[in-house]
Amino acid sequence: MIRIGAMLLCVGTGLLAGCSGGDWNNPYPGRDAQANAVYSAFGERPKHLDPARSYSANEVEFTGQIYEPPLQYHFLKRPYELIPLTAESVPKPRYFDAAGRALPDSAPSAAIAESVYEIRIRPGIRYQPHPAFAQDDSGRYRYHAMRAADVAGKGQIADFEYTGTRELVAADYVYQIKRLAHPALSSPIFGLMSEHIVGLRELGAALEKATRAQPGRPLDLNAFQLAGAEVVDDHTYRIRIKGKYPQFLYWLAMPFFAPIPWEAEVFYSQPGMAEHNFTLDWQPVGTGPFYLAENDPNRRMVLKKNPNFHGETYPTEGDAADRAAGLLADAGKPLPLVDEAVFSLEKETIPYWSKFLQGYYDSSGISSDSFDQAVQFSADGDPQLTDAMRDKGIRLITSVQTSLWYVGFNMLDPVIGGLAPERQKLRQAISIALDYEEFISIFLNGRGIPAQGPIPPGIFGHVEGVAGLNPYVYRAEGQRIVRRPIGDAKKLLAEAGYPNGRHARTGEPLVLYFDTMASGPDAKSRLDWIKKQLGKLNVQLVVRGTDYNRFQDKIRKGNAQLFEWGWNADYPDPENFFFLLYGPHKKVGSGGENAANYDNPEFNRLFERMKDMDNGPERQAIIEQMLTIVRRDAPWVFAYYPKSFGLRHDWVKNVKPNLMANNTLKYRRVDPVLRADKRAEWNRPVLWPIALGGLALVALVTPAFVAWRRHERKAA
Amino acid sequence: MQPVILWTDALVFALVAAVAGLVLFIRRHEHLCAPWAGVAKRPMAMGAALVLAVFVVIGLLDSLHYRERLPDSPPDKPQYSVEVLSAFDALVGPLRTQQEKTYSAPLAMRLYAKEFVDHDGVAVREYPRLKYGGAHLESEADRRADLVRRVLLGGAQGLAIALLLLGALAAWQARCSRQSYGEWLVAFGTGGLGWPGRTVATTLALIAIMLAVVIQLASGYHVLGTDKVGQDVLYISLKSIRTGLVIGTLTTLVTLPLAIVLGIAAGYFRGWVDDVIQYVYTVLNSIPGVLLIAAAVLIVQVYIESNPELFDTAAARADIRLLALCIIMGVTSWTGLARLLRGESLKLRTLDYVEAARAFGVSHSRIIGRHIFPNVFHLVLIAIVLDFSGLVLAEAVLSYVGVGVDPGMYSWGNMINGARLELAREPVVWWQLGAAFAFMFTLVLAANLFADGVRDAFDPRVGGRR
Amino acid sequence: MFAYLLRRILYAIPILIGVNLLTFTLFFVVNTPDDMARLQLGAKHVTPEAIERWKVEHGYDKPLLLNREMQGSAQFTDTIFFKHSAAMFAFEFGKGDDGRDIGNEIATRMGPSLAIALPVFVIGLLVNVSFALLMVFFRATYLDLWGVVLCVVLMSISGLFYIIAGQYFIAKLWNLLPISGFADGIDAFKFVLLPVLVGVVSGIGSGARWYRTIFLEEIGKDYVRTARAKGLSEVRVLFRHVLKNGLIPILTGAVVVLPLLFMGSLITESFFGIPGLGSYTIDAIQAQDFSVVRAMVFLGAVLYIIGLILTDLSYAWADPRVRLQ
Repeated sequence: MIRIGAMLLCVGTGLLAGCSGGDWNNPYPGRDAQANAVYSAFGERPKHLDPARSYSANEVEFTGQIYEPPLQYHFLKRPYELIPLTAESVPKPRYFDAAGRALPDSAPSAAIAESVYEIRIRPGIRYQPHPAFAQDDSGRYRYHAMRAADVAGKGQIADFEYTGTRELVAADYVYQIKRLAHPALSSPIFGLMSEHIVGLRELGAALEKATRAQPGRPLDLNAFQLAGAEVVDDHTYRIRIKGKYPQFLYWLAMPFFAPIPWEAEVFYSQPGMAEHNFTLDWQPVGTGPFYLAENDPNRRMVLKKNPNFHGETYPTEGDAADRAAGLLADAGKPLPLVDEAVFSLEKETIPYWSKFLQGYYDSSGISSDSFDQAVQFSADGDPQLTDAMRDKGIRLITSVQTSLWYVGFNMLDPVIGGLAPERQKLRQAISIALDYEEFISIFLNGRGIPAQGPIPPGIFGHVEGVAGLNPYVYRAEGQRIVRRPIGDAKKLLAEAGYPNGRHARTGEPLVLYFDTMASGPDAKSRLDWIKKQLGKLNVQLVVRGTDYNRFQDKIRKGNAQLFEWGWNADYPDPENFFFLLYGPHKKVGSGGENAANYDNPEFNRLFERMKDMDNGPERQAIIEQMLTIVRRDAPWVFAYYPKSFGLRHDWVKNVKPNLMANNTLKYRRVDPVLRADKRAEWNRPVLWPIALGGLALVALVTPAFVAWRRHERKAA
Repeated sequence: MQPVILWTDALVFALVAAVAGLVLFIRRHEHLCAPWAGVAKRPMAMGAALVLAVFVVIGLLDSLHYRERLPDSPPDKPQYSVEVLSAFDALVGPLRTQQEKTYSAPLAMRLYAKEFVDHDGVAVREYPRLKYGGAHLESEADRRADLVRRVLLGGAQGLAIALLLLGALAAWQARCSRQSYGEWLVAFGTGGLGWPGRTVATTLALIAIMLAVVIQLASGYHVLGTDKVGQDVLYISLKSIRTGLVIGTLTTLVTLPLAIVLGIAAGYFRGWVDDVIQYVYTVLNSIPGVLLIAAAVLIVQVYIESNPELFDTAAARADIRLLALCIIMGVTSWTGLARLLRGESLKLRTLDYVEAARAFGVSHSRIIGRHIFPNVFHLVLIAIVLDFSGLVLAEAVLSYVGVGVDPGMYSWGNMINGARLELAREPVVWWQLGAAFAFMFTLVLAANLFADGVRDAFDPRVGGRR
Repeated sequence: MFAYLLRRILYAIPILIGVNLLTFTLFFVVNTPDDMARLQLGAKHVTPEAIERWKVEHGYDKPLLLNREMQGSAQFTDTIFFKHSAAMFAFEFGKGDDGRDIGNEIATRMGPSLAIALPVFVIGLLVNVSFALLMVFFRATYLDLWGVVLCVVLMSISGLFYIIAGQYFIAKLWNLLPISGFADGIDAFKFVLLPVLVGVVSGIGSGARWYRTIFLEEIGKDYVRTARAKGLSEVRVLFRHVLKNGLIPILTGAVVVLPLLFMGSLITESFFGIPGLGSYTIDAIQAQDFSVVRAMVFLGAVLYIIGLILTDLSYAWADPRVRLQ
């Protein structure tokens, strides 16, 4: 027993000390401590890295660095501005009427039958090195006619001996648009895009028919025609859009419209490839600043600098604040600024936060529970880092997200739904009672702004300050926005027919049902909080917790009453928020995104006018009319616009939150020497517990040993 | 007030009735009494039993549910709140209702988080005073004295109660055994009672002192602090007792009939009955338990969603999920005991007197009831007490995986789950985790010690070889 | 012997079919193929057509168990159940909902799982046996009594606490080991150390106590008394006879869990970020990925049956009187 324990201890400490020098807890064994690399984490393993499929933020985090759509958002400028990425310039649509005649830009949207976008891409852009492009001396593709046995021994793309590259051409973009219609890919935007791109729906039907006719055979997309996307010449292609759809440009900045080389698809569709996870879904082929060098979604994803990258440089324009923050220090330098980026899988918060503090992650969001440790508020309410954090050289980055949380009322519900005045009052009363200022302070530690309507700050149509307040829930006290007192809510509730929470006629108590799929550590407290809020009105709330599928099912069938929901902007346009309230997009019946099933004809009419307009005073006026209607009808309790608080270490440079752009990794710079120093300083192992443990073991075993010896002697 | 009988309440009280019946039955049969007398001789087991008894009493009080009548409802047609309370809630009243805004440390007077407080129109960020915790004090300087006073007062009260109880016990016992009061006390003092009187008395005194001190402190402070929404952690921990007990006992209630019937049947009848039963339990054993439990929890959710009218209160919804959890855990855990009983029955059926009975044409049910079951009963009993603590611990793990009790239910598993985030705070919020740990540990330790006693007394193989 | 093995393997087939059927039924009682499609397609812009297409693409567009439109045996074979289960018996698990090959995934995840489970098992066995022997040596003394109490105390602490405390103190406060993660080869050592330590410590309570009873039982037997009467020292008796004979029930009892070590530990792996089969299963349950869940259940069942067969074999090996029939 002694010997085993001592041995284990020796081996343990010896190996530890031997293999990693000072920092015993370094989670990156075998990595050069001074490498010019970025270290971060991903919480959920990405499901799809195919740009036709990936949509969620954790997937775009990778695809955004690898794939290049024609457009991108300017890194520094606000409001968000689209600039060309692989395109020569941001395309301007040309409009045509039903007869095919060209129309002027000022033509009314009703008259426009088709908009045509012609996109010229820059010549000389080349793909990352990849075996799919590898050719032998006679120009034949090396890896396009493989048998399953040839693939058998290969675990990663790097196991293929030869690689090649080729120039990006317009056909690759058209190819990808066709892929959106591919039945096997079930692209999440196929339904939406087939309403806009000419002929996409028909292509989808044709592809489906072809699949049925020859099940199991890969489709050759080049053999199919898409009326709405054509190649003009090697570096120009044209997209035809039904009617007027100015938001289409925003889509052109998303990886959905990135190029895919046909070689890659041929390469990956060979026998034996899918069994080894060699698919476009897992092994991207792009032109971007990085390529995926190591792909193990169970542990680690490593992006490395693409040697063929086309020499984009760091932006030179930015305002004074950017300059002061040092964001222009690298202006004009060739991108990317780091050699690699290491993403580790980290599902639990505690390890994530601990590793950030130990210096093993470069940046971190702050969970509400680590907040007090990291951030405090100054006298005027500004968040600041605590001294402990500042001593470590950690910086705080805050930004209001372009998203919204709300509590929806099911407008089809017999108790709280409908547009009658008393129902409006009932919903307004509840809106006042749910004190989201308190919610933000308890659960978010101030990381949110109480919402005044559906449009978050940073999106056209949002009005700052007292001018933009929701008069049914808030009132102005000087320049401050103050929630109406609970007395107002009680009065509204009485007018709605429920004085003191009782039905005026029958005296029955008003019982409401709150549906949620909340689970996890925080859920119970949050649900308790909501109950407490309605308790103030003497309204009784029953929380119905359930799982994701059941919740979705209830929403779809319209069986819910109150529910919590959020929306994250796809692109910076008010249309992307108002369409959630557009009647014809109702969840019940049409399966759209309008989960509250709100349907106000007046609002619908205004929405149809507003959506195609260019930003300007006229659009603003219509938006304000719409806001007035929505605030009065109160189909949602506008809860809050979340704020993101991010922390970064001193050695990380060029960080400016950009909620639209997803390819910001190329701008990032780090100071590896500083990082290595800090890590060594912060992670000195504390040795006395080991000594103590050893002593305790000895103390435990010695009396036994002594007793044994005595026993032996007695026996002998 | 409208009494509410939840499913688990009904079953809990059915269980209590069954246990009472069993006790009466055992008391009437000398040979069944003997091993229990053996348990009663073990100090460790008796101390543990007392602690368990306290938990059980709290759990039972918490199983008497009712809905409060709304204060202004008309007398002819009374209306009730949707919130389901229990006798325990009524007993501890303010503990439940005195909610702070958010975290506060045990016995603290201020919140654990800084907030903007208006000082004469100037917003200052500081730790605000609690609404209830220590609200009776003028300044924080008085806190220490007040705490000491309360602890001493509580200790004295507890001691007094314990002495009173001991006196009453002595009087009663002395009369029973026709001794004088003093004689009994001497026997008590020297440990010559035939049962561990000193241990029982000490445990009793400790429990009484502890309770009295907690009651004294709880009337002015949050003894174990408050959680994220400001609820008293002591209250949450106490409410969790019922959940733990229900899972530990009702699951066994489900296990027993399955295990006894199928286990004995397989061993006694052999042949195809044995094959079928073995098949069933091999299949069930091959599937990871977590998976079956997750499936059962989801099935209940589907059932709730399709019959919302049956579950009109949050308590009813949480309760049915708890019941489902008990049932499925029972279904997955009967196999071990069944296999044991099968083996034992296989042996028993070859004994002479069983064979003789069969030869005389005695019916199978009679043979099983007369000869087989009584001879395997001790195995069943040992399994019950041994499983209990394992089940209480399992609840915590399941809640962590997300397939445990309803997230809105008070349970130690949910407390631990919530505490995961709290440990990442700095300074650490440790009291919720600590409270869950302490309560769970006490219950499980008591159960384990008691189980040890029962096993030693009942199992002829291990018993008496200490 | 050979006949015995053959019979056991044949017997395994109905069990596996039963396991499969049960998993399938349980899963589809709560989830429709539509639910699965929706979960996969995400929350934004999902149309009914997209759901239909997903179902066709993944083979969930057929009836669940019985296809009434078909004739003859196709009634049973042209169903979701048959199409998705038949290949399992050839250990072809297909793809998970994330498009990754399950067989490949299992192969790569087995290593990390074993890297935790095997040391926990072996070291745990060693420590527990040592501790139990120590208690037996001092049986009927206070050392023994307090040893048992310590065991009961240790086993009354929820496993979650061991993990939480281990991470908090060793990794966070004292910077001794990485708090989570995994690496291959020799680098794995420092990632594995903490989970193994936690695993061993949390198992001491019940393990040592159980082994103690086994050893005590052995000590009461006649041959031990004879040995002692012959004048063998107490230590000799313990190691020569008690340990040797006591190990037989311990080892035969442990054999059944040996194959299941491959499956890893659900909780430990997800806490420590070990990319093993345990965390794979948990993730699949939480994401309701049916293909993975079914594959893992099937694998677990196969390993369990192997464990049962190994147990029988080990009994026969340990005790020549037992004959396999």
